Amino acid sequence: MNRLNRDQMAARVARDIPEGSVVNLGIGLPTKVANYLPPDREIMLHSENGVIGMGPAPAPGAEDPDLINAGKQPVTLLPGGAYFHHADSFAMMRGGHLDICVLGAFQVSRHGDLANWHTGDADAIPAVGGAMDLAIGAKSVYVLMELLTREGQSKLVDRCTYPLTGVACVSRLYTDLAVFDLKDGRIFLREDLAGVGIAELQRLIGVDLAAGSAD
Amino acid sequence: MIGGFGLAGQPTELIDALLEQGARDLVIVNNNAGNGETGLAALLKAGRVRKIICSFPRQADSQVFDALYRAGKIELELVPQGNLAERIRAAGAGIGGFYTPTAVGTPLAEGKEVRHIDGRDYILEYPLHADYALIKASRADRWGNLVYRKTARNFGPIMATASRVAVAQVDDIVELGELDPEAIVTPGLFVQRVVAVGAR
Repeated sequence: MNRLNRDQMAARVARDIPEGSVVNLGIGLPTKVANYLPPDREIMLHSENGVIGMGPAPAPGAEDPDLINAGKQPVTLLPGGAYFHHADSFAMMRGGHLDICVLGAFQVSRHGDLANWHTGDADAIPAVGGAMDLAIGAKSVYVLMELLTREGQSKLVDRCTYPLTGVACVSRLYTDLAVFDLKDGRIFLREDLAGVGIAELQRLIGVDLAAGSAD
Repeated sequence: MIGGFGLAGQPTELIDALLEQGARDLVIVNNNAGNGETGLAALLKAGRVRKIICSFPRQADSQVFDALYRAGKIELELVPQGNLAERIRAAGAGIGGFYTPTAVGTPLAEGKEVRHIDGRDYILEYPLHADYALIKASRADRWGNLVYRKTARNFGPIMATASRVAVAQVDDIVELGELDPEAIVTPGLFVQRVVAVGAR
């Protein structure tokens, strides 16, 4: 099995983002996608704290504490970029004005349900941020995550056992082993990235898998 | 209400002044629940806050909140960030409630009215008013007109509209007419006090 590492996973997502898209990259692994966006495509990055047209991280020493992304990391602004307040920023999200958002997840169900904000542990302090707004707002919601937990359990499941972030909102799942499309409760193997084969992937997931894309 | 997203836009001097002033039993609306040991975290640590309404309390440096929460010494109302922003906006705009698709089908929708509109489910959310808003902007004039700096704008403009008394700390206060009217983000009628604290 030739799994992709986290940078390769991010690069795989970046390849599918079309010219001219407005994109929000979630905190954590999805943020890495920005490092692999093809330089010949004009892609506008939105961050929910109130900026569109984000550029790369600033040079060391050039950080501005007033210019950060949703992960509270210092960023830069490209020519053409803009700032706005929170109600406008979430109107962009909730109002369906973003083309793509890429989110991390604990679990995704075959129906496209997303669980990524809370483990449900009694001792855990819940924090949701903008995850629920992104999940239901963007035109396409992609998830980027490892397919299996450390214990080897599939995170692509029949039904999420963790508390939900959004219902039937994820349309595509990028993992270290394969790319899946989710449509009408069915899972399509869009791309077998690691050469595992559909039979083995189906065994790992334990949910029916169809060949091909949902396009 | 206290503006800011993390440290960007946090009105640190106003929070310090609130700490000094001594008000207790506060209900705080902020995106987070304090970072590190200063600002909002210091207010929490001093035991002044009864309840916090926020979207993202747990962070790498939210140890003050975490300890209070685990000890049952602070109440938490967790609101998705966009619903939080829209509830604040609604309060300022005189809206009595609104239906939002965010959080439908999740634990954060429990107990809320669900309305099916045009093929989609929405939940009812109510406006969020405040007695005071403490916000940070870049520059102000005597009428309270405000301009902000970069992503430090975040909650400032909507919190100013949703409070009875909006207090803005700014780097400097300029003469009337010096702020470009086309660039003013918060018109002065939403702001009751401005305090110049100097650039940092």
